[in-house]
Amino acid sequence: MQTIDLSELGLREVNKMLHAQAADTNQTSWTIENAKGSHAIACGLDAPIEVTVKGSTGYYCGGMNQQATIRIDGSAGPGTGENIMSGSIIIEGDASQYLGATGHGGLIVVKGNASSRCGISMKGVNIVVQGNIGHMSAFMGQSGNLVVCGDAGDALGDSCYEARFFVRGSVKSLGADCEKKEMRPEHIEILQGLLDEAGIDANPSDFTRYGSARTLYNFDVDNAGAY
Amino acid sequence: MTDNKIPTTTPRQSATFTADVNSDIRRAAATGIYDIRGGGAKRKVPSFDDLLFMGASISRYPLEGYREKCETNVTIGGLNASNPIELDIPITIAGMSFGALSGPAKEALGRGASMAGTSTTTGDGGMTPEERGHSNKLVYQYLPSRYGMNPDDLRKADAIEIVVGQGAKPGGGGMLLGQKISDRVAHMRNLPKGIDQRSACRHPDWTGPDDLEIKILELREITGWKVPIYVKVAGARPYYDVTLAIKAGADAIVLDGMQGGTAATQDVFIEHVGQPTLAIIRPAVQALQDLGMHRKVQLILSGGIRSGADVAKAMALGADAVAIGTAALIALGDNDPKYEAEYNKLGTTAGAYDDWHEGRDPAGITTQDPELMARFDPIEGGRRLRNYLKVMTLEAQTIARACGKNHLHNLEPEDLVALTMEAAAMAKVPLCGTDWYPGKPGTGF
Repeated sequence: MQTIDLSELGLREVNKMLHAQAADTNQTSWTIENAKGSHAIACGLDAPIEVTVKGSTGYYCGGMNQQATIRIDGSAGPGTGENIMSGSIIIEGDASQYLGATGHGGLIVVKGNASSRCGISMKGVNIVVQGNIGHMSAFMGQSGNLVVCGDAGDALGDSCYEARFFVRGSVKSLGADCEKKEMRPEHIEILQGLLDEAGIDANPSDFTRYGSARTLYNFDVDNAGAY
Repeated sequence: MTDNKIPTTTPRQSATFTADVNSDIRRAAATGIYDIRGGGAKRKVPSFDDLLFMGASISRYPLEGYREKCETNVTIGGLNASNPIELDIPITIAGMSFGALSGPAKEALGRGASMAGTSTTTGDGGMTPEERGHSNKLVYQYLPSRYGMNPDDLRKADAIEIVVGQGAKPGGGGMLLGQKISDRVAHMRNLPKGIDQRSACRHPDWTGPDDLEIKILELREITGWKVPIYVKVAGARPYYDVTLAIKAGADAIVLDGMQGGTAATQDVFIEHVGQPTLAIIRPAVQALQDLGMHRKVQLILSGGIRSGADVAKAMALGADAVAIGTAALIALGDNDPKYEAEYNKLGTTAGAYDDWHEGRDPAGITTQDPELMARFDPIEGGRRLRNYLKVMTLEAQTIARACGKNHLHNLEPEDLVALTMEAAAMAKVPLCGTDWYPGKPGTGF
């Protein structure tokens, strides 16, 4: 276990140490102390290491993550895990806006709530939120899965493409071209897998699936009011 | 007998309802959809054509054209990056996407730019291996859509350009229509084939200059502070936008006027939003000077740059470099009259073809159609672009020497005069034959 103090070393040195880890590193476990809301902590990692960040983080913690597992022992600021490619990010507290924005892969788990625009433009990432999510979540979501064990705010899945949304609680409103969909066996299977991976005990049958109605896929003037 | 025939007036066309306007109305009435097209503003706006260099005589002496050097190199991004971009010439290739352009066209841009010693730029579709492979210096655009964005490509880039806006459509996003979405384009953008691919107008994970500063920090951290971070803005409010980009920590600013092209957007947007390139440069330079950052944060001007004269004028007004997009496509063969018969079949004519989004480009450049793409030879295209860039550079050097300058960067506003009041006011250089321009301090205007 490597323990590094962010307030002593500074952001550049901390990230440089983490970036220096190769795929076969034997220093696989890292703890970053004194996060104190700093931005861009552990962004751009590309090694199968486990990083625990003690305290709450600012913007873009774990941005563009590849392979690494990042655990935030606190709440996470805006854009956490933006453009994540692989690996996972676990947030013990709440997550601010833009969680996992444009994420291409990997898994993000939020033990608390996630704010607005959770999963905006998601492109393959899986996001599991144990609590609620805010408005405009998964706007223009392209692919991947967003699982919400609580409620979803306004305009869920607005202008979405092929991303899937599973919500256990209520949805305040659906965004343009987002509709309720049938929960088929393959969706139950996908959802069960995501809940298991996130370590959440919930019954997939209690969830409702939402996704694109695909009416805005090609421009039609009769749909202009929806844009 | 008297002739009682009443004289008729000659038919008079309206200056308001012109043939162009009427055809627009008829098209709108028939389709119910606004006109989408490529390219930049076609309307006549004050431009670099309205400026002249005075040259040297007794008060200033010129440099000998074939004996005395006139340097053209430029370093971009030395403020924070450990590996700034060193270019032989101050003419770069602007961002154009794979998707909007064919793979071979992107390859040709890389080949031509590399041979001329300059950089090329990706676009809203990610980085292709061909483009990276053929571009010695490649700027990777970081756009709101983040199509194809990944940290591996980010680290392969020689610079990163955060795109906030572009001159053709300040405040607008983009749309790549379904007919251009081939399997490869769809795969790179992680979307189904054949659907319209919308590009957002705002970044999904930041808003405003304070957030931008943190975004720049993140990109620097991911790339180890090695490469410059550019910020591209449209010519909307250049003084304030440039000020805020500098404040956010940009290493270079790309400023794009309304003549700058786009792959596709609404004609009404292209023609009615934004400012002419001539009008935006002085406020941008003023912002740099007010913050003590002129020549430290480089200014790259784009939007309708066509010749060495345009390059020289942009640099005289304070730019460190320029970027070309539409002109580069024309150099490759876009809108070539040799395809006139085919342009006619598409209802247009060479020089006016702008339906780049439809993917039926006879020149095989703005298309993903395999048969049309096969018409375009990337090696020959690269050579043509190299030639064009060389000519532009020679032209700019010719002017600079005539003004007594041994580097293009030494050109200055005092070398210029304006042909019109508008150009004088925008460029803040004297109207020809006077020592005055509108708004000149102390003149009461």
